[in-house]
Amino acid sequence: MSATLTDLGIALGRVGFVMLFVLNMGGLLTWVERKQSAVMQDRIGANRASIFGLRLFGLFHPLADAIKMLTKEDFVPARADRTLFNLAPLVSVVFALVAFAAIPFGDVLRVGGREIPLQAVTLNAGILYVFAMLSLGVYGVMMAGWASANNYALLGGQRAAALMITAEVAIGASIMGVAMTYGSLDMMEIVRGQGRPLFGWLTWIPAWGIVTQPLAFILFLTAGIASTKRIPFDFPEGESEIIGYFVEYSGMKFGMFMMADFVETVVIAGMTTALFLGGWQVPHLAADGFHFPWGASAPLSHMTVVILQVLAFCLKVAVMCWFLMLIRWTLPRFRYDQAMRLGWLGLFPLSILNIVLTGLLILWWPA
Amino acid sequence: MRFRQRFYLAEVLVGLGVTAAHFFTNLGRHTARHVFGSKTARGAVTFQYPEERRPYSPRLRSLHRLVRREDGSPRCVACMMCETICPARCIYIVAAEHPNPEIEKVPERFDIDLGKCVFCGYCVEACPEDAIRMDTGILEFSSYSRRGMIYTMETLLGLEPAGPDGTPRSPIPIPADRMPSR
Repeated sequence: MSATLTDLGIALGRVGFVMLFVLNMGGLLTWVERKQSAVMQDRIGANRASIFGLRLFGLFHPLADAIKMLTKEDFVPARADRTLFNLAPLVSVVFALVAFAAIPFGDVLRVGGREIPLQAVTLNAGILYVFAMLSLGVYGVMMAGWASANNYALLGGQRAAALMITAEVAIGASIMGVAMTYGSLDMMEIVRGQGRPLFGWLTWIPAWGIVTQPLAFILFLTAGIASTKRIPFDFPEGESEIIGYFVEYSGMKFGMFMMADFVETVVIAGMTTALFLGGWQVPHLAADGFHFPWGASAPLSHMTVVILQVLAFCLKVAVMCWFLMLIRWTLPRFRYDQAMRLGWLGLFPLSILNIVLTGLLILWWPA
Repeated sequence: MRFRQRFYLAEVLVGLGVTAAHFFTNLGRHTARHVFGSKTARGAVTFQYPEERRPYSPRLRSLHRLVRREDGSPRCVACMMCETICPARCIYIVAAEHPNPEIEKVPERFDIDLGKCVFCGYCVEACPEDAIRMDTGILEFSSYSRRGMIYTMETLLGLEPAGPDGTPRSPIPIPADRMPSR
């Protein structure tokens, strides 16, 4: 009985950690978006929200946003399909949140004779799961566009669906190269595989996905940014000019669409980290401590290693989020046809080419 | 477009380089200012407006004021020059007799409807007595009603000229519709 309770506790802890991580990162990204764009553009950024005169560099703005969104009028258009209209933001945000579950944030933790994989859900086809959850997000967007009974929203929803399908195809095809290189669909196995050193005189470099699959990295990142529907691929939303699928939404329902975008950014950052940046791997850190190729080594306890790995994962995700934000505040928006051309005539054929090249390399050079 | 530009990726990296350079330069300046207490490093060009004001040019035309003589009475002689030249017709003067027969007229009322005023400064140019000036440095006057935008002679006489860097020295007048008596 107590063993089942402990198991339940451990499972809840794993899920809770991932949920808190994703939600907090998503909330924090609203602050990062404001402040990072400000610093990039020689401004100061939002800093007026204060609690008892304490401003903390505008860190209270996400809180103020939440209060504002919750207290605003929750408007439903008269001809809208009420059920679908209310369901759509939920679908968007939930599938974005659960997508993170299969991404490992650390190696196996051994406590009291138990082996706890540091991953919310242990799946042997983890990549497919994340991929499926990201694809399901399309439904929320299409439902929002359809249920609003607004032609502009409908067109926005169509654009969003077209964009997301384009992006998903490219994501799926570019991930294949990674799965082939590391020989598994399990995210945990892929991350473990990235701990091995490269061959020949390059043994001091760990075999991270960005080294073994550089083309897939660029393709995945591009398609990933497209699937978050943020600038430069924000023509489904086009906040101020071209009217997106959530025109009719107000209050917290609109906030949920915004949150879904930020959470998707975190998920894409997490996936990039797990697949291309070595996940929780710290360079030259093995299960019993550091082993440097020039002979030096520093033994560490199991707990220290696990904590270092989790910290490394969080750091990598944060850096990726920063990089995605940098792209979002640098590039102008693609036109609809440009993005379609990029997706179907650029990303998709290139990712097929990447699969073929990877296959040939594996055939000729089995190592 | 050249091949490199058509390929897009190289140009994206160049653009990211520009924005990242701005980001890290400004981050360093912010750190120098807020962590190491540097007075000269500025990571942003922002003026934190209500607390921190941008210096105004002395030529700035701001809220009008009526100048007083040494004995405290208004310099205005109610010659109607300003009212006549005003393109927005926002000045309203009522002239009155002065007890001293040597003085021809004095203003009994001198109202400016700031809701109509276009801040052209013609009234200042036209005044033969240098009785009206637009140098208070006050720009933030607003009201909930049209009535509140009409400033009377008493208010305008009570205003001070701005300081050397354009900082207003008199408080912003409370418009008539927000007077405490109501």
